[in-house]
Amino acid sequence: MRARFPATLALILCAGTAHAADGNTTGSMDDAPVAYVGGMPPVMDHMLYSHALLDEFEARANNHGGQFRYDGQAWFGTDYDKLWLKSEGTVGTDGRFGDGDHEVLYDRAVSRYFDVQSGVRVDIDAGPTRAWGAVGVEGLALYFFQLEATAYFSDRGAAARLQGSYDLLLTNRLILQPQVEMNVYSTNDRARGNGRGLSDLDTGLRLRYEWHRKIAPYLGVTYTSSFDQAASMARARGQRVHGMNVTAGIRLWF
Amino acid sequence: MISLPLARRGALTRRRFVIGAALGGTGLCRAGALAAPATPAPPSSGIPPAVPDTRFDLAIGPVGVNVTGRPARAIGINGTTPAPILRWRQGDTVELTVTNQLREPSSIHWHGIRLPADMDGVPGLSFAGIPPGGRFTYRFRLHQSGTYWYHSHSGFQEQIGLYGALIVDPRAGYAQPFDREYVIVLSDWTDVDPADIVSNLKFQSDYYNFRQRTVGTFVRDAARQGLGPTIADRLRWGAMNMAPTDISDVSGIIYTYLVNGCAPATNWTGLFRPGERVRLRVINAASMTLFDMRIPGLTMQVVQADGNDVEPVPVDEFRIAPAETYDVIVTPSGPGPYTIFAQSEDRTGYARGTLATAPGQTGPIPPMDPRPLRTMADMGMAGMDTPHGAMPGMDMPSMDMTGKEQGDMPPGMKMDPTPTPTPSTPPAPPLGVEMQNIARMPTNRLAEPGAGLEGNGRRVLTYADLRATIPGADPRPPSREITLRLTGNMERFIWGFDGRKFSEAPPIRLRVGERVRFVLINDTMMEHPIHLHGLWSELENGHGAFRPYKHTIIVKPGERLSYLVTADEPGLWAYHCHLLYHMEVGMFRTVVVA
Repeated sequence: MRARFPATLALILCAGTAHAADGNTTGSMDDAPVAYVGGMPPVMDHMLYSHALLDEFEARANNHGGQFRYDGQAWFGTDYDKLWLKSEGTVGTDGRFGDGDHEVLYDRAVSRYFDVQSGVRVDIDAGPTRAWGAVGVEGLALYFFQLEATAYFSDRGAAARLQGSYDLLLTNRLILQPQVEMNVYSTNDRARGNGRGLSDLDTGLRLRYEWHRKIAPYLGVTYTSSFDQAASMARARGQRVHGMNVTAGIRLWF
Repeated sequence: MISLPLARRGALTRRRFVIGAALGGTGLCRAGALAAPATPAPPSSGIPPAVPDTRFDLAIGPVGVNVTGRPARAIGINGTTPAPILRWRQGDTVELTVTNQLREPSSIHWHGIRLPADMDGVPGLSFAGIPPGGRFTYRFRLHQSGTYWYHSHSGFQEQIGLYGALIVDPRAGYAQPFDREYVIVLSDWTDVDPADIVSNLKFQSDYYNFRQRTVGTFVRDAARQGLGPTIADRLRWGAMNMAPTDISDVSGIIYTYLVNGCAPATNWTGLFRPGERVRLRVINAASMTLFDMRIPGLTMQVVQADGNDVEPVPVDEFRIAPAETYDVIVTPSGPGPYTIFAQSEDRTGYARGTLATAPGQTGPIPPMDPRPLRTMADMGMAGMDTPHGAMPGMDMPSMDMTGKEQGDMPPGMKMDPTPTPTPSTPPAPPLGVEMQNIARMPTNRLAEPGAGLEGNGRRVLTYADLRATIPGADPRPPSREITLRLTGNMERFIWGFDGRKFSEAPPIRLRVGERVRFVLINDTMMEHPIHLHGLWSELENGHGAFRPYKHTIIVKPGERLSYLVTADEPGLWAYHCHLLYHMEVGMFRTVVVA
């Protein structure tokens, strides 16, 4: 799915790309630009690409009922500059949409394996809406650990999220992926059930089969838990503080 | 084999890609008769026209093909892919009228031919391309002779069929006589849209690699080498976020490898009579595949490289990168049949044809060799763990494994005993978005046959074997050196020179008549066949004035090599890696000769 976006959008996205020819002079005596015939560059190395990854798209079940959860990202842009969207959420057996987190970020490649991201996060679900400013990093830590670390700010305080995963190749198509997501808040938000300190953890161990690179069904176990203040809030509401789920889903990208 | 046998992974589907459907390509893959045909044989026959010509009408247009069992759209010329075999004669002026019947712009580049810059066929540099429905007439005089090829320089058209063989007969006759000749055009076909391939690689650079290390290979290696060394090896690669299994970006998972447009199952066949000297003009027209070609049972005399005669070298096998050509002469004394076997470097598939005395004969198809693994020498870290750096690539646990996979390597075989010192090398750019690795100790690897070919018990051609039959035309020493690092970031699928893509870098400027030395250092862990348009690249491989003249030079991972260039033709010239997707994402420079 290649993106062919209007030139104006390309211009906006590339506005941050200020690393053009600034004097790498291997053998050059004169850095005057070359006038290409018909204004036509011989290769197109500055294309826009677009992808979406639905990392979690899954049903979770335990003795007390079940949930549906999704977690995905999409981006489009160039090698250096991208518009990056993230969204996740959970639908309980009661049909209530919770944990809805949606982010719109500008992504800038800054090192071999890491991008810096900044933008906004809005929590939109059945609960009250919150808006945050977001800044973080996403990329590949050494030893091929996939890592996302984002800090959020609003008039209610600050928050942080850490997500990580690792692909363990049992075979070239059968892949075991441990994954963890943690949320930390600076203040309690009783309406949304977020507590000061480490609020919640969502972790899973998923075994996927890459039948096709872009279509990989999986089975796994997931474990969710609230901590400390958030756990107290959950107890007060009569909700479960932690739970282990049998999980089945499909990982898709486009 | 290190990975799961391919057959266990969706055998039917994959087998169809690798072997191809028996339906065939676009034309005649089996030779008809031993006598020369009265009318020009189709390109898929591999039979060149008997006599050279000077005027050609070439129509670029869509061609229906069926390589994998599924109809697909290719681009060809005059209704065929590969495009017609053109035969010219040294000293003649040729005129080629090219019409574009596509709905997109197109172009034809005469690869390796020395000509005025405006005839070189690179849109943006030579001319504005040929618009849909448009026409362009190429006209130039031929100063050289040899085996070359031609292909589109527009987008990904080369991947989907727009390439053909080109022969220029020498005016003074052939130095090496032969009784019969065939062109062997190797290529890689896929039904997948090339734009999707790039897009997939940008998202996941190992998208087409299904031979990565797994828990299974870890257990096996631990059993062989001990747990400690195996863990150390995994940590070493993991600490770089790189994988030794990165051999080819695009593999037999989607590629079917072709001989003259014919899939392995279709078995392109060239006929011969026992005792004949048969000249095979081997051209690698693939987009992304290095081939290791051999004809079990026959010794190949390499007589020409990139169109220029070399002192004959008898070999069992040679590696040929995209855009390179080799002419070899074989003299089958028996009836054969002999299998032409060209495995992809990553051993995920092969191109296959047959030399036979009658149509329909087939020879045995050898098993594919174990696939190679990258080593620390490929990372430009040869000798960093040994006192003298004496044995590039033989010091690491990962290399131990390679050795095991490939059989026992005779120590020091065909290897330069000492890494070349690297004087006056400008500092490498810092690691970054476009710079994944720096080859800190690049070495001279000209005498190495290449990854996966060491110690296989066969005589494999190396660049050090190539010795021109005549001394170079320009005896002047170079007046200056241009050092370029071949760089990239596999993880992001960005490729370039000196840590920059084409669009971020100034051109390379040469003065008309100037003699310069190009020094290339490969910081990446892949081979890059580097092609300079319009000017010869005289490889400095230890043969003094008898340097081989080439147009495309493989630079191995972790290698430092040099070649001399005389800038005797003014204009804008393309300079790039001839792996199509590397070029298209930025491993490209404009060379300005003015």
